[in-house]
Amino acid sequence: MSFEIIVVGASTGGLKALQVLLSELPVEFSLPMVIVQHRGKDMETGLCEFLARSSRLPVREPEDKETLLPGQAYLAPRDYHLMIQSGSFALSTESPVGFARPSIDVLFESAANEYQDRAIGLILTGANHDGARGLAAIKAQGGLTVVEDPATATCREMPDAAINLTKVDWILPLSEMAAGLHKLTNSTKRYES
Amino acid sequence: MSRVATEANDLEDIEIGLLLEGLYRAYGFDFREYSRASIKRRILEMMRAEKLGTVSALQERVLHDATCLERFLLGLSVHATAMFRDPSFYLTFRRKVVPLLKTYPTVQIWVAGCSTGEEVYSLAILLQEERLYKRCRIYATDISRAVLRKARDGIFPLAAMREYTNNYHQAGGANEFSDYYTAQYDSVIFSTALKSNVVFSEHNLATDGSFNEFQVILCRNVMIYFNKDLQARVHNLLYDSLSMFGVFGLGNKESLKFTPRAAFYEHLNDKDKLFRKVM
Repeated sequence: MSFEIIVVGASTGGLKALQVLLSELPVEFSLPMVIVQHRGKDMETGLCEFLARSSRLPVREPEDKETLLPGQAYLAPRDYHLMIQSGSFALSTESPVGFARPSIDVLFESAANEYQDRAIGLILTGANHDGARGLAAIKAQGGLTVVEDPATATCREMPDAAINLTKVDWILPLSEMAAGLHKLTNSTKRYES
Repeated sequence: MSRVATEANDLEDIEIGLLLEGLYRAYGFDFREYSRASIKRRILEMMRAEKLGTVSALQERVLHDATCLERFLLGLSVHATAMFRDPSFYLTFRRKVVPLLKTYPTVQIWVAGCSTGEEVYSLAILLQEERLYKRCRIYATDISRAVLRKARDGIFPLAAMREYTNNYHQAGGANEFSDYYTAQYDSVIFSTALKSNVVFSEHNLATDGSFNEFQVILCRNVMIYFNKDLQARVHNLLYDSLSMFGVFGLGNKESLKFTPRAAFYEHLNDKDKLFRKVM
C-alpha cells in the first residue's frame, strides 16, 4: 500500500515551520501536499507567494473542483474550509470550527474519508487544539500520523493535543521532518500496525 | 481496527445516500448531487445536535417530523458569510459594472442562493449609493424558507459590524456604514428602504428552472456545495437566464474553467470573479 496524499496543519509559528519543511523537501517529492495554515480572515493574500519563494515544490491556492496533482503543494485559501472529494478540492463557507476557517480538522477528516489508509497527516506548531480530532480520524482509517516534536516546536499546544488524542506513528523534530517524510513515502513497504 | 473503522465509514456513506434519496422522493429537495464531503460533515453535525447515534435515526426523524426537516434544511443552507465579503469584488462591481448598468432603463438582478441576505444588502447599499437602486429589481432566492425569513428580516449581529464596516470602506463605500442600520441591544436592523426593490423567494437551483431574464446574476460560494454534474446544470441554467452582455459574479475561489460555459464569458478584470456573457 502506498500513500497518495499528505495533509499538513499549522497555526502559530507555522510560517517558519512550513518554510523550513518546504525548502527541505526534494523536488522529486511526489505526493500532493495540502496545507492549512491558520490566519486572520482580513490578512491579505501573499502567504502563498511567501511560501512559494522558499519551496522547491510549486505552491498554489486551489480553486473549487480543481483536481489534485502530484508534486504540488496546495495552501487552503483564507476564509474557506478546504476539503477533498473524488480527487478534487471542495471549498465551503460553513461556520468556523473552533474559531478557525480554514480548519485543520475539516481538511483532515475529509482526507481520512477520501483516502483512508493512503493518507498521511502531519501536525506542526500551534497554540490551539485544531487538528487533533482530524489526526485521530486519519489514524482510525489506517492512515499514517506524524507530529512535530512538541519539545522543539515554536508552540507545543497543538502537537501536544494531537499526541494526547492519538497514538501517533512518528514524532519528529522539524529539522528531521522533510528527510523523514521523504523516506516514509519512498519506502514501498509499509508495516501493518 | 482500521478495517472496522473503514467498514463503519462505508456504512455511513450508504445511509447518507438513503437519507438524501428519501428526502428527494418525499419532498423533492434534491441534495443527491451535493458535494459529499461537505454534506456529510453537516449530516454528522446534525446527528450530534439531535443527539442521534446513526444517520438512519436522523433519516427517520427528518422524514416524520416536519420541524426536524426545517432544521435540516436550515442547517444545509446557512453559510457564514459577511457583508461586502471580498471587498475588491464589490469595488470592481462599482467601477466596472455600474457604468454598464447605467445604460439600461431597468435592471433585473438575481442573487441566487442568497442565504441570510448579507450579499443582498451589500448590493442594495452599493446600488443606492450609485443612484441606480430605483431602477433595479433584485430577486433574492434560496431553497430554505427559514434563511429567507432571516434575509427578509435584515437583522444581523452587532458584533459583526466592525468587520462589515471595514469591508464596506474597502469596497469603495464613502458614507458612514452605520447610517444604514439601527442598533438595538446586540443586534442591528438594516433600513427597510434597502429592501423596497427586493423580492425574496424560494427557488431550488438543483431542480427549478429559469424564471426571468437578468442583466446581473450573482451566485457566489453557492455552487461550491455541488458536485461537478450539478455545477454544470446550474451553470447552464444561469447562462440561459442571463441576457446577452449580462454580468455574472462568482466567489473568489470559484472558476468557470471546469464548466461547460467557460468559453461563453469574458473576464471583466484579471482578479475578481466577474464575467460578461459574450456569446
